[in-house]
Amino acid sequence: MTLLGSSPPRPDGASKVDGTLRYANDLPMDGAWHGATLRSPYPHARIRALQWHPERAPAGAVCVTAADLPGPNGVQLLDDEWPVLAAELVQHVGEPVAVVAAPSKLAARQALRAIEVDYEPLEPTLDLSTAGRQEPLYSLELKSGEAEEELARAHLLVEGTYRTGHQEHIYIECQVMSAGWEADGSLVVEGSMQCPYFVHRSLIHVFGLTAERVVVKATPMGGGFGGKEDFPSVIALHAALLAKACGHPVRIAYDRHEDIIGTTKRHPSVVTHRAAVDAEGHLQAMEIDVVLDGGAFRTLSPVVLSRAVLHAAGPYRCPNVHIRGKVVRTNTAPNGAFRGFGAPQVQFAMERQMDRIARRLGLDPLEIRLRNVLEEGDRLPTGQTMDESCSARLCLEKAARETDFKQRWRHLEAQRRDIADGDSMPGVGLSLYFHGAGFTGNGERVLQSVIEAALLEDGRIEVRTAAVEMGQGCDTVLPMMAAEASGLELEDVVLAPPDTSRVPDSGPSVASRTSMVVGGEVAHVVSEIRDRVLAWWSDRQESGAAHTVEDGLVRGEKGQSWPFREVARSYAEAMGPLVVSRQHEPPEWQVFDEETYQGVAYPTYAFGADVVEVEVDPDTLEVSPKKVTAVCEVGRVLHEKLCVGQVEGGTLQAVAWGLMEEVKLEEGRYLNDRLATYIIPTIKDSPEMEVHLLEKPWKGGAFGAKGVGELPMDGGAPAAVSAVENATGIEVDAIPATPERFLALTSARRQVPSEPEDPERARGADR
Amino acid sequence: MKALAPRTLDEALLQLTQTPDLRPLAGCTDLMVSEPEDRRDWSGVLDLRGISELRGIEWRGETLEIGAVTAFSEIRDSPEVRQSFPALAEAASRIGGWQIQNRASLGGNMANASPAGDSLPVLLVLDAQVVLVGPEGKRSVPYRDFHLGYRQTALGPGEIIGWVQLPKPPVGATQFFRKVGTREAQAISKVVVALLASVSDGQISDYRLAAGSVAETPVRLTEVEESIVGRALKPEVADLAGHLAAQAVRPIDDVRSTAEYRRFALAQVVRRMTLQLVR
Amino acid sequence: MKSELFVNGKSRVVEGHPMDRLLDILRDELGLIGTKEGCGEGECGACTVLMNGEPVLSCLIPRIQCEAATVETVEGLAAAEARAFLEGFVSDGGVQCGACTPGIIVTALALLRDNPHPDRQEVQTALAGNLCRCTGYEGIHRAFDRGAEDE
Repeated sequence: MTLLGSSPPRPDGASKVDGTLRYANDLPMDGAWHGATLRSPYPHARIRALQWHPERAPAGAVCVTAADLPGPNGVQLLDDEWPVLAAELVQHVGEPVAVVAAPSKLAARQALRAIEVDYEPLEPTLDLSTAGRQEPLYSLELKSGEAEEELARAHLLVEGTYRTGHQEHIYIECQVMSAGWEADGSLVVEGSMQCPYFVHRSLIHVFGLTAERVVVKATPMGGGFGGKEDFPSVIALHAALLAKACGHPVRIAYDRHEDIIGTTKRHPSVVTHRAAVDAEGHLQAMEIDVVLDGGAFRTLSPVVLSRAVLHAAGPYRCPNVHIRGKVVRTNTAPNGAFRGFGAPQVQFAMERQMDRIARRLGLDPLEIRLRNVLEEGDRLPTGQTMDESCSARLCLEKAARETDFKQRWRHLEAQRRDIADGDSMPGVGLSLYFHGAGFTGNGERVLQSVIEAALLEDGRIEVRTAAVEMGQGCDTVLPMMAAEASGLELEDVVLAPPDTSRVPDSGPSVASRTSMVVGGEVAHVVSEIRDRVLAWWSDRQESGAAHTVEDGLVRGEKGQSWPFREVARSYAEAMGPLVVSRQHEPPEWQVFDEETYQGVAYPTYAFGADVVEVEVDPDTLEVSPKKVTAVCEVGRVLHEKLCVGQVEGGTLQAVAWGLMEEVKLEEGRYLNDRLATYIIPTIKDSPEMEVHLLEKPWKGGAFGAKGVGELPMDGGAPAAVSAVENATGIEVDAIPATPERFLALTSARRQVPSEPEDPERARGADR
Repeated sequence: MKALAPRTLDEALLQLTQTPDLRPLAGCTDLMVSEPEDRRDWSGVLDLRGISELRGIEWRGETLEIGAVTAFSEIRDSPEVRQSFPALAEAASRIGGWQIQNRASLGGNMANASPAGDSLPVLLVLDAQVVLVGPEGKRSVPYRDFHLGYRQTALGPGEIIGWVQLPKPPVGATQFFRKVGTREAQAISKVVVALLASVSDGQISDYRLAAGSVAETPVRLTEVEESIVGRALKPEVADLAGHLAAQAVRPIDDVRSTAEYRRFALAQVVRRMTLQLVR
Repeated sequence: MKSELFVNGKSRVVEGHPMDRLLDILRDELGLIGTKEGCGEGECGACTVLMNGEPVLSCLIPRIQCEAATVETVEGLAAAEARAFLEGFVSDGGVQCGACTPGIIVTALALLRDNPHPDRQEVQTALAGNLCRCTGYEGIHRAFDRGAEDE
């Protein structure tokens, strides 16, 4: 069977192009009321008093504040430090202070005006520069060898400080959640979320209900990118609190403005590098300091930091490494999960550092990487030895070959000064990157994900996981993996909706883990059902011989065949329900010591190399990315078109993060809290993309897959900025690399034209 | 709320006479970007889109007349505009995206009176006249006297924009338009520049320069024009023009860009346009 | 106010405040949930519909301007036109999460009516008002390229 690697049409495609698919905000309201949120106007303040004036609000409207919570005022993630509603203090602009519900959207908005809050503004901590002095939210250290000693006797010491900014997810569907209480006191929540069991757990935590009395249903998502990993728990709690207070189901649908100001973003970072390099450019030692801006609450920052620290040294060989990481608190919206989860920030820094080292040694960006690239048998700073699935060199060489990188880079570098006035400045840049597959460290072991399959009465097999379709294509790929493993047809497998009353906790749809981890287990449980049905069928045949399943047919010894579905239907009729479940166990050898940060942080790694070509406008310094060649080694390509789509979409997000996307804050307030001012690329801004998928299967993963969702987020920004450097000679160590930033960097060289002498008399003026 | 949708200009004027605070509606691409509560608080609206007299593009003698509610897509595609006022056609094609161009109108861009309105510097260099109609009748004002301040116009109570009149540009004049935006489309400008210039006998004989997003209103850079007109056409003139343009404006830092960058980009773009005259 | 619109070929009479948005009329009053809200201010294009044959943003059109208008939404267009293009759009990776997709389909079909063989630049010009956050737009280009090849 050759289903994997082919590209059957995605089952949700038709209903997406004809507009019939119902997303969370498209479901009928069925008498639901609308919720709205009162938000803090201050980055930091004490709430002296909060008064709800029902007489000023539309009839029936209800208001819920922190004082009304039935349980702990905390959103349960890694801990419950994140308040459901601000109590005594507000910690960021846009923090929810109270929520209201009313029969119509307009009435709910009007009801917000019936709440009076008396704030005492406090001194806020607004950015990393001042936050650094305070006790961090979390810190980590990773050490191998003797970095300090080696740095002290370095042949060449190269230092750099690299900065990245916030990034807003801009999923096109804003956050939406509905909640309603049943007559028996159970709670049903439905909405747009990546992790139904995260929401489930946070509802149990606050309402003190048993697990069975909370039902969470995930709807198809209009995009997530990590932004619907942590935050849906907050909005689900709000909707459930309001539904309880008003006695109706309640829906909260954020508009774009509040989605931008109120929800999590990518952590800004400052990464400082010191590297010792020998005369040939080999890395001898690195000291790396990683500081992430966590925003107001801890949320998932510790695990973001963990991934950041583990990726900070890049896919390079270096015997002596010392990495320190911390997350600091600022009075801005909490930063949380975003595609890449800390890895893009540190790899931006590492890649810029490699380019800087190359420049110091007179090498080109390809050469410096080739001399240091991680290979099989090399050890990461964690002590993990790279196995045969390490493909960094493969990616690097392929990207260079496809683009004739070395030649073109050198050519553009040399011709830069000869470009005629008015001609656009071309540049080409390179990046090499890797992404640890699945959860970090012992994450998968702690999760204890359970995957289930059940034989249906009609003979099809229902796969039960909590994986949610957010565009990435899990509803396409999971059945493919089941069919491939079991010999069934795609049509013999159905997916149960991600509803906690119907599916077990197979873990969150994050960390590029769905195919690799969940898919592998799906293949197992479906195969086990097939085996049981087959065994039963064999017993009933005269020969009693073993049978096989191929292309959906059970094949007997003498060339007979029966449709599996028919066989399975007879099984169900005769034997009753059959449910198989299985808990995911990471490989035994995947052991990571959270104290020393030594061991196997990820069972394997996906690798990639990008070449970005840009043109810079000679007058305005505007950068147009013209073409990206992305080479990604993902273990095994499960669905070619979806895999390419992940790389293309992630690459554009990465290039845009590097060149244009910027959250602008002033005194903790968002200046660009709209889509008119938070700029993401249109189709006109987007480069042509050429994707090359490579496979170095990892034997521990499902069919060799390593995960692809986040990988492409790691390489676009440093390659784009490197291309700008090639085009202009401007060294950029902070993103977004906007024209304004280039100008500030080069104001000594490129200024407004100075006043010439009287041009009538100026020399050479007789053209 | 009063909601009126007259079919003729006379009908509209009568309604405006009776209720001068009616809010005129055209493409609504700016007006609808408002809080729904606020829209409900308006006392009344008057939809101008159904008035055929206010729509269309037509030569009247030496003047091209464009109805106020004419959408930018019509302006963008109009053979008359493309032939005689290419800078305006170019500006129209750089506003928003296709959907916005199908709705947004020239009159709306003017009435909205944003310093970043993309078509406005073009109107300044084309020496456009604006015909206003209201309870007191018709009056014609030069566009440069229409846009008075940040979101302030010369429109009186009950008065609406009827038509924009563009005098035929001098024979041989070259027009330039450049928008430096936050991205390639769906962008609000950081700097927008329009230039109309003529060269005769090796001398710059006409030089009309305007810029948007560099002051409270789009501005005609008359000091620059005065310094450039009459000079021999040489590359150094381009440097001078860029330099003077940067000196002539007082842009601000805002969410889209910085004062420093705006000044820089303006200078560079003006220089480039002027250099293109040379070549 | 009461108004009559012709939506996907059928006369529909609706009633409400003159400044209500066409987007809400379609979604809340007529149940046409295929038209999405992505920003509510004319930036993202998710709410694109054809009004009198032209692509427009339904979040920016007040009820008062809908009287007697012909409106085509994704539901009507996708049922009637260019089935092959739509299938290719899915299989070439033009769709991921799907939230921008209805708006993109409406704009794309409007483009194809005027210009059955748009080149890359024409596609970019037409779709510049439709933001997509998933695909990087490359799958959308492929769908148009394939349309050209199929001819």
